[in-house]
Amino acid sequence: MLAAQIVVNALVLGCLYACIAIGFSLVWGVLNVINLMHGSFIVLGAYFAWSLYQGFHIAPWYALAIAAPLFFLFGYVIQRLILNRVITAPVLVTLTLTFGLDLILNNAMIYYFKADYRKLILTPPTGSVSIAGAVVPVDRLIATAAALALTGVLYLILRRLRVGRAIVAVRLDRDAAVLMGVDVNSIYAIAFGLGTALAGCAGVLMALIFPISPLTSTAYLGKAFVVCVLGGLGSVSGALAGGILLALIEGVGSAMIGPAHAITLSFMLLIAFLILRPQGLLGRKGFE
Amino acid sequence: MSRANLALLVLIISIATLPLFGGPYALRLGTIACMYAILALSWNVVGGFAGYPSFATAAFFGLGAYIGGVLLARGAPLTIAVPAAGAGSFLVAALLGAALLRLRGHYFAIASLSLIEVFRELINNATDLTGGGMGLNIPLSASAGILADAMFFFYMMWGLLLATAVMVIVVSLSKLGFGLSCIRQNETAANMVGLNTTLYKSIAFGLSACFVGAAGAVYAGWVHYIDPSDVFDILYSVKPIVMALIGGLGSPLGVTIGAFVYLGLEEVVWRNYIQIHSGVLGVLIVLLLLFLPHGLMSLRGRKLFWRVKNV
Repeated sequence: MLAAQIVVNALVLGCLYACIAIGFSLVWGVLNVINLMHGSFIVLGAYFAWSLYQGFHIAPWYALAIAAPLFFLFGYVIQRLILNRVITAPVLVTLTLTFGLDLILNNAMIYYFKADYRKLILTPPTGSVSIAGAVVPVDRLIATAAALALTGVLYLILRRLRVGRAIVAVRLDRDAAVLMGVDVNSIYAIAFGLGTALAGCAGVLMALIFPISPLTSTAYLGKAFVVCVLGGLGSVSGALAGGILLALIEGVGSAMIGPAHAITLSFMLLIAFLILRPQGLLGRKGFE
Repeated sequence: MSRANLALLVLIISIATLPLFGGPYALRLGTIACMYAILALSWNVVGGFAGYPSFATAAFFGLGAYIGGVLLARGAPLTIAVPAAGAGSFLVAALLGAALLRLRGHYFAIASLSLIEVFRELINNATDLTGGGMGLNIPLSASAGILADAMFFFYMMWGLLLATAVMVIVVSLSKLGFGLSCIRQNETAANMVGLNTTLYKSIAFGLSACFVGAAGAVYAGWVHYIDPSDVFDILYSVKPIVMALIGGLGSPLGVTIGAFVYLGLEEVVWRNYIQIHSGVLGVLIVLLLLFLPHGLMSLRGRKLFWRVKNV
């Protein structure tokens, strides 16, 4: 009974973790930038959903359709105006720069939304269903399905669309892609826009489940780190595997040694993975 | 000894005269200035000399603060707590470094960032020893009064800064410093010609943690109360990097001046924009990286002129 509940919870949470991480993984893989703003983008998405629900009573699953283009534009502009200037600089510079941008964004959110925890409460509540003896709230199920759908959309974009193939080409070999006539700067901007849009959408889904506060952004960022390293960089299936693995480890770890140690466990695993298997579960080696 | 290193020592020694000119506020500022300079100089050993983008400063600052804090709370004197914190941080960092410094670039950055999280959570959960999330109260050291106390901790931090500067200068003149700069330029080649890179990097990582940990212990004794989210603040990792970037990477004199300039900026921002201080700090970081990526030291004389001509 307990085991079934842990597994179902892990699957639900794992898909959401994957959704948090794929945007981060895309940006890291393609632009070679560790985007420390990712957590704040997610929180901003959550506030977006919350504001739409409070103001216009638009349910979060509809808010996704509004959030995606807006966040894409936001990311596109940030990349074009700021990040693109230092894109070839060493990791120290790009990481510190995104940290600075994160300070600005996070401070702006504290200023406008205050640091109080908010919660999006659906009226009427959606209730819950029981699957194989495990109870799952319906809103969580919806969020999971939407997270899976978003992951699928990214997979299809990268797989089927011309621009997606160009993104993959730039990731595999930047110089060769330039020689084939790919406009690398615009691909960078599009990839960063996609990453931001995915973060915003993940935030909208998080609003369904978790309380919202600017202070939670580092926790989301930490999840993105761990999932990326566990699953391997730059592949959609890797992010999914990493997300579910992380959620399973956290669930089982919480049940066995207490929830307080779950975060420690996941970060220790991260460091162990970095040292022993830096390409992750499903990643290929050599794409540093 | 080069002129820049001599200038660094003169600069640090001249700070010791600060109590002659200012009151308690100047003493507080001076203590923080020394602490920042310790963090920046220490970071420079691994970040500037060896070229590894370490974000682990906060991890060792917090570790040292807790080693020192726990010892102080159990009644040990500062003369034991501070060296213990330094030695403990050195050992932990050197051992971890042997494993972590095999990673390069982005992976090392992520691993060093995660170190903060691991240490914070470990200390958060060791409630019996550290008080966990409730924080740790450190008893006041019996002394003559508030001003005498402030003076005492200022000189303590200053002494530590002097020791750090001497360590950095000795490293930069020694075989170790030469080896680290080989590692920065081409690690594979350095390894090929018979340099024990793992050993060198471990020692560098340990040295860069040692004085940071000791500074953490002094900080704990100075503020009398620490909690995990305070001393394991990721800002303690980023600030030294910003200071080093302000002053110019790799030069000990540059990063020390960078630390003082940064503190000045931070104080002005805190004073005037308390509501949005972290946002203004972010703007400063972004502007610095976009427009002055090689630091203030790059603004000397002809170079600026040369740059303007070639725009």
